[in-house]
Amino acid sequence: MTIEAKAFKYGDDINTDYIISGKYKFKSNDMEAMAVHAMEDLDSEYYNKMKPNGGFLVAGTNFGMGSSREQAPLVLIYSNTQAILAKSFARIFYRNAINTGLPVVECDTDLIDEGDELALDLTGGVLRNATKGIDIEIKPLPDVMAQLLADGGLVQHFKKHGGFNL
Amino acid sequence: MIQISGKTIAEKIFSAHSGTDAHAGDIVVADVDFVMGQDGTSPLAIAALENMGVDEVFDPKKVALVMDHSSPSPIEGVSALHTIMRNFGKKTGAKIYDVGCGVCHQLIPEQGHVVPGDLMVGCDSHTCTYGALGVFSTGVGSTDGAAAMAAGKLWFKVPDTMKVVYGGELQPGVFSKDLILALAGKIKADGATYMALEFHGPVIDALSVEARMTISNMAIEVGAKAGLMKADEKTLAWYEGRSERTPLVVDPDDGAVYAETVEFDASTIGPMIAKPHAVDNVSPIEEIEGLPIAQGFIGTCTNGRLEDLKIAAGILEGRTIHPDVRLIVAAASKDIYLDAMEAGYIQTLVKAGASIVTPGCGPCVGTHNGVPSNGENVISTANRNFKGRMGNSNAFIYLGSPATVAASVIEGKITDPRKYFKGGDAR
Repeated sequence: MTIEAKAFKYGDDINTDYIISGKYKFKSNDMEAMAVHAMEDLDSEYYNKMKPNGGFLVAGTNFGMGSSREQAPLVLIYSNTQAILAKSFARIFYRNAINTGLPVVECDTDLIDEGDELALDLTGGVLRNATKGIDIEIKPLPDVMAQLLADGGLVQHFKKHGGFNL
Repeated sequence: MIQISGKTIAEKIFSAHSGTDAHAGDIVVADVDFVMGQDGTSPLAIAALENMGVDEVFDPKKVALVMDHSSPSPIEGVSALHTIMRNFGKKTGAKIYDVGCGVCHQLIPEQGHVVPGDLMVGCDSHTCTYGALGVFSTGVGSTDGAAAMAAGKLWFKVPDTMKVVYGGELQPGVFSKDLILALAGKIKADGATYMALEFHGPVIDALSVEARMTISNMAIEVGAKAGLMKADEKTLAWYEGRSERTPLVVDPDDGAVYAETVEFDASTIGPMIAKPHAVDNVSPIEEIEGLPIAQGFIGTCTNGRLEDLKIAAGILEGRTIHPDVRLIVAAASKDIYLDAMEAGYIQTLVKAGASIVTPGCGPCVGTHNGVPSNGENVISTANRNFKGRMGNSNAFIYLGSPATVAASVIEGKITDPRKYFKGGDAR
């Protein structure tokens, strides 16, 4: 499956408080309602940019640093973020993203500018920057995570195998 | 020739819990000794368990849910989440720490749920706190937490270890908070991503268990998976009467292989401040002294322990806070609150002008109990100063030790606390 969408570019060290502020995440389990606040302290228009046609959130190093809140990948999913492309990810966010089904891709995001049209083929492992006419190398997922993603995330993995089967 | 190398604390704990000869880089499925969630993360974990079709936990004695992040509930939405947690406790037998019990990262070790040598996960990033007690503890998301609650196991990548050595001697008026801020300033927010930290050196040995917890608590602020220390006589003494389980002291082997080593001469470290809006934006206090503040906050899983309240009360004894400043204080647990009352620290702080709020996380995470106003500067003992962290993205959060906060609220500006420790006993 190939995902085609525009790039929306942000910086390094995007923390989970930016992705969804504590003042919202403790109020409810309603991700649809919470998603309108996704990334708002960095970009108050984030939801409005992403929601209509979807998009790639493109960032620098250490994306998702900070809190363990799983609401962070969830509000990105509910705001129609198709995937996160970053130079590197913080550990807990990376696991949470895979567990909730949000694709996270490590690559050289210097090769992507705001508004570039991208096409991501996760199974084939190809990221195409159509605007620049280049293919960007992506780092493959660790085997264990590829296996979890293939099962449809950790919950589905558990349902299928009745526990861990890694 | 085969090189026989020694193991780090992390490698030893993962070997023992996975039944494998675990080395950095290996993927293991390991048994966990305990699983914790708080009110910001447990409701999603409970939902994940439901989606898995699981209606019990692997061992009710090894699971606890804590209402601390927004507690007592300030709004209906949170009340509903708390109800979900209480009902889960009734259904599964998992331990519930309700409103007023305190901050999860104080309660889990204080109530004896983990002992040295354990492997545990918590649905909160500051779960790394118990590394100070020789526990490999790490933060996970709600779905990983749910899997661990269901199976009593989780998959892990055995981390590389960065060795952090504090040599020399801590100077009067300088505390463990300053040591960990110095590390954050040096290696930055992603300096130890995917790694465990192991803290060593005479300065760590000389610290109290409480002061050590401040350091391990902030391991996540440099991206680390854990902030480990060797359990010693002080650790074992701290555990007396807390747990019936036998602690397992896990020392690293002499030939343990470290990915990196970072060394500090603590004698040269003074009070440090993390400036807005990043924990690694660290300066010696001299560079920021005199900046006006509107609010001080003493508490949190980083610095809400008895020793922290003692230090603050020691400075504020017989003094009052500046008229343009509010001071919010939250003990990290009910037991600490009671001990602090017994010792007179609470009375001293209230007389000085402090507002004491329920043991919990509220002010730090911006849910209630002290949201700053637009443009205000806050000096706090917490572990994070991200934009919006305290509930207002137009406020500015500075992080320092309890002594720095206490000294600053007296003068209404960021103040070097060392003047209160001249010639005195400053630990």
